[in-house]
Amino acid sequence: MTSISSVSAAFTGRDRGNRLYGPVPDVTEQSGYAEEHPKRVGFFTDTSVCIGCKACEVACKEWNTLPMDDSHGVKDALGLSGMSYDNTGQLGANSWRHVAFIEQSRAVDLPMPTFGRPGDDRHDHGTSVAGSGDLNSTATAQASVLNAEALTEFDPQTGQTGADKQVRWLMSSDVCKHCTHAGCLDVCPTGALFRTEFGTVVVQGDICNGCGYCVAACPYGVIDQRKDDGRVFKCTMCYDRLTDGLMPACATACPTQSIQFGDLDELQERADARLATLKAQGVETARLYGRDEDDGVGGDGAFFLLLDEPEVYGLPPDPIVTTRDLPAMWRAAGKAALMMVGVAATAILGSRRGAR
Amino acid sequence: MPGLGASFGRGGATNYLEDLANSDCIVIEGSNMAECHPVGFQWVSEAKARGAKIVHIDPRFTRTSAIADLHVPLRMGTDIAFLGGLIKYVLDNELYFKDYVVAYTNAAALVSEDFVDTEDFDGLFSGFDPEKSQYDETSWSYDPGEQDSATEHPGEAASQEDEEDSPEVQASDRGQTHGSGGPTIPSKPHRDETLQHPRTVFQVLKRHFARYTPEMVSEVCGIEPEVFEQVAQWVTANSNRDRTTAWVYSVGWTQHSVGAQYIRTCSILQLLLGNIGRPGGGIMALRGHASIQGSTDVPTLFNLLPGYLPMPHAAQHSSLEEYVADAAGKAGFWGNKRAYMTSLLKAWWGDAATAENDFAFDYIPKINGDHSSYRTIADMIEGKVSGYFLVGENPSVGHPNGRMNRFGLANLDWLVVRDLQMIESATFWQQGPEHETGELAPETIGTEVFFMPAATHVEKEGTFTQTQRVLQWRHKAVEPPNDARSDLWFYYHLGRILRERLKDSTDPRDRPLLDLTWDYPVHGETQDPDAAAVLREINGVGPDGRALSSYLEMKDDGSTSGGCWIYCGVYADEVNQAARRKPAKEMGVAGSEWGWAWPLNRRMLYNRASADPEGRPWSERKAYVWWDEEAGEWTGKDVPDFEKTKRPDYVPPEGARAQDALAGTDPFVMQGDGKGWLYAPAGLVDGPLPTHYEPVESVVENALYSIQANPTVERIPGPWNRENPSRSEVFPFQVTTYRLTEHHTAGGMSRTLPYLSELQPEFFVEVSPELARLRGLSNGEYATLVSSRTAIEAKVLVTERMRPIRLRGGQVVHQIGMPYHWSYAGISTGDSANDLLGIALDSNTHIQEDKVSTADIVPGRRPRGPELLEFVESYRRRAGVESGRVGVNGRDPVDADAGEGSRL
Repeated sequence: MTSISSVSAAFTGRDRGNRLYGPVPDVTEQSGYAEEHPKRVGFFTDTSVCIGCKACEVACKEWNTLPMDDSHGVKDALGLSGMSYDNTGQLGANSWRHVAFIEQSRAVDLPMPTFGRPGDDRHDHGTSVAGSGDLNSTATAQASVLNAEALTEFDPQTGQTGADKQVRWLMSSDVCKHCTHAGCLDVCPTGALFRTEFGTVVVQGDICNGCGYCVAACPYGVIDQRKDDGRVFKCTMCYDRLTDGLMPACATACPTQSIQFGDLDELQERADARLATLKAQGVETARLYGRDEDDGVGGDGAFFLLLDEPEVYGLPPDPIVTTRDLPAMWRAAGKAALMMVGVAATAILGSRRGAR
Repeated sequence: MPGLGASFGRGGATNYLEDLANSDCIVIEGSNMAECHPVGFQWVSEAKARGAKIVHIDPRFTRTSAIADLHVPLRMGTDIAFLGGLIKYVLDNELYFKDYVVAYTNAAALVSEDFVDTEDFDGLFSGFDPEKSQYDETSWSYDPGEQDSATEHPGEAASQEDEEDSPEVQASDRGQTHGSGGPTIPSKPHRDETLQHPRTVFQVLKRHFARYTPEMVSEVCGIEPEVFEQVAQWVTANSNRDRTTAWVYSVGWTQHSVGAQYIRTCSILQLLLGNIGRPGGGIMALRGHASIQGSTDVPTLFNLLPGYLPMPHAAQHSSLEEYVADAAGKAGFWGNKRAYMTSLLKAWWGDAATAENDFAFDYIPKINGDHSSYRTIADMIEGKVSGYFLVGENPSVGHPNGRMNRFGLANLDWLVVRDLQMIESATFWQQGPEHETGELAPETIGTEVFFMPAATHVEKEGTFTQTQRVLQWRHKAVEPPNDARSDLWFYYHLGRILRERLKDSTDPRDRPLLDLTWDYPVHGETQDPDAAAVLREINGVGPDGRALSSYLEMKDDGSTSGGCWIYCGVYADEVNQAARRKPAKEMGVAGSEWGWAWPLNRRMLYNRASADPEGRPWSERKAYVWWDEEAGEWTGKDVPDFEKTKRPDYVPPEGARAQDALAGTDPFVMQGDGKGWLYAPAGLVDGPLPTHYEPVESVVENALYSIQANPTVERIPGPWNRENPSRSEVFPFQVTTYRLTEHHTAGGMSRTLPYLSELQPEFFVEVSPELARLRGLSNGEYATLVSSRTAIEAKVLVTERMRPIRLRGGQVVHQIGMPYHWSYAGISTGDSANDLLGIALDSNTHIQEDKVSTADIVPGRRPRGPELLEFVESYRRRAGVESGRVGVNGRDPVDADAGEGSRL
């Protein structure tokens, strides 16, 4: 076993470009592990087959002995959120998996392509059940659990047709993204956050001093402080299980293979194939999220197949590692400092000159 | 499961879950499979990934609908109309699988001249007795064909039929005895293979479903004709030689006043489409929870013995001879009933069961009427029941009409509750909601409650029999904590102690207990009986002392024993076959070496039908079991559900009996005629064909017939079980109950667990935005629901997933969804949904109509204390319902001293 790097890849000296941004071919090696380190692992969460059973949430809490919390992340509290079937609310110190439930609906004029019976040229669609009047209007619908504002065009595969309107219920299990460029790790002053030999990002609870820098540094709002404790917590991708050759608890519990665990490169291939299949089936809105190594975090270790815009799921559309601009900022700060020195020197020199 | 039993001969799912992956189209109807069977749902996901169409037909848009290709939001309680429409579509367009239908179903059979259909009788079949609300089923029978073996004891059989007409026997219910072995029929029918004779089942079927036009379906179910057409197209396009469609149902079908007939309608459709006994086809009956299949196989039902042998009736069965008379000389495997029963008696009473004493047949208690679950609750209130065991059951929360159930429990002498948690049924006497209203008080309740902590499924060994009839052995992972013990431990030692107490008794009535074989080896510090020894006893033992390997080895001379004939083979070769764990990759598609399935490890039932009458696969793609001429036997991917060496061209000789009377083209081997029943000449008490009736509590008038609801529905009237009148303005909305993934049934296993409770923390109801606007309900706020039983409060979720149904005439039906997991105990609490419901039962099964009822909903919290009683009473008055006021502990003050036995 190689020594574990407790600092950001940017400071190991292995990254000659000293990059805090952009693709990194081997983030583990770059973090200071020897060349024969394990392959980088990850999660591919295919939301198109998620059934919202929350087995991932429960398995995660069981394995990691996390406390109960309500939809606001308040520990040991209970309460109905009123947001569809989502009473977890968000990722936090006590919830490392979070299944989002997004209800969408839209009225339709022609509910279905029409079908005649064999040998029958019938192509009318009968009396509309919806009729007209107040019952038909979703625009005037009372405030409901409908929590997706942006209703995109539904796909044939995922838009269920009733009669007067189409309803869609998106479910997605969110988790720490284990970024290639992990802002949390980059800003951690104590070395509590580190990159594991599997390429994942883990907090060591016995080292964390509760400074909270990482909380502000995470572009996804994942890492979170436990109020009564001060320390921060997040998904470890079950580091303890990985070292014993087991899969993470959530992926093990998932009954529909919505959460897939494995070597990241293999998962990426699988995801590309799945996306192509869905596109071929006409699911135009399907997309991968966190798959692109050229995105603002250098690609995610945990990435997703979504059926709508990321915002609909509560995910940032264009996450950027908060330390991306650090070198530029340092350069700017350096310039500013130089300028200050220059100004001061000028002032002193000037004043001397003036004093003369 | 009489719906499946009367159709195919066995009351179990025809296929296995993994086989759903082979389906080309899956229709999930009456089941919320993704939420309630999430693990099994992976095979639906697999099928979808392979390109199958997934249709979900359900009043609610659920997590199942969310990943279906099509969700059909039909009005609650209208599935027969929908399926009837599909049947008509298939018949009209000649889309049925003709070769299959002619060869393997009773389409060609002729029905008796006396039969009158609902079409000609405005919603009633012939033989109805309005006074008793029961049918005389004689006129429904087949037109008798050659009198091959009318029985060897015609006189006896005749007298038996007379007795079956007596109300006590009817009430004790023959409908449920077809779990393994179809209903007995006097003889095989006349047939017309051309299907043209007007009295053929096929022609009867055509006439019966003539009214179920797409327009009628649209009107009754409240869905667009185009949606119906889409389903019909997908289903029929995926049902032929090369393709198969599977139907999946669960308690969304059984918990109706016409529940058995829902399943019958589906059976008819699937038989017409040729989908039974074929890979990727079938009817997948999902059981409610772990080992429910097991608890009907080795039953916890009052009217069944193990293996679906009927419970003897006091008025009918005074000897073993009389008990088996109905099966004597019959075709099909029921013909061996005497061997099964004798082996059961030998398993229970061993050497004390001899030919001289009728194999101790008299030791079996006899029933004399309806002792089903809910009838017994009413009997408790009336003081007719002194003691009760509750084992893994929480009737105070899980049964409809919780208040009535609590009144029942309050009128016992003693109550034993064995559970993991201190459930509401153990604390009702102290904390039940009736204390607040003053209807119950601890000082007036005489019931002595014994709470016994139970071991969980990981703390004990034994088998589960799950949804697809597979017995899986569970090893003990950890010792149970403290005083918690397994049920096996409890009953074994209870029996042991009782026998010790009685060992010197000379009273003949103690003989059945003292003569029991009660000699299981025990082990460990807690003296746990060996569960494998019990399984071996259930399997049965031959004259050589070795475990039997097949029920065909069972004899009626007392030389064999066996506690449940359909489980015979689970201990074949002295090996616990249920404990087999061969990985899937190392065995064939049927998974034959994972656990053990009854009967005889056949994973797919009736799989003879996967081959054509000559024994060849219908198609290469759907090949499963076929005849190997060279080897002279049936072979394939599964154990053939057929006699292995019976040739496809076998024709039974004159006078053949039992299985020998079935031909090589009779795949439904448990049926008296070997055929799948499109028309059920026997076996159901409410009709040989399904007919759409509205639910008992409906806001809609029956559009098909002037008969509003099932005429045979079973009611238990009393002040504690008032019924909401149909089409009442006072109770204007339909309500359905259901479960969520996050909780377990009545909550005993989930409401105490933080990780589950936080996921669904409170009792809520789901309403559409339209209903919310109509009644002023707000998302996240409280609402009160009212019925003739009581009023409860719940948080409101306003969601587009619930939708109002607008019917042709302009009537708008609002539907309310209500999960039923909650009560006052545990971390996650709320009022109990089931308190709102009344008890009206399917007369075939005594199963309650949970899935449709009516109620009113208003914003805000419910009244507290005695005001609640007045609040509900005011609704009753407005609706013209009799008073629901009760006396002490739920007893009607007028009838308070009518009871016997229990103290008041």
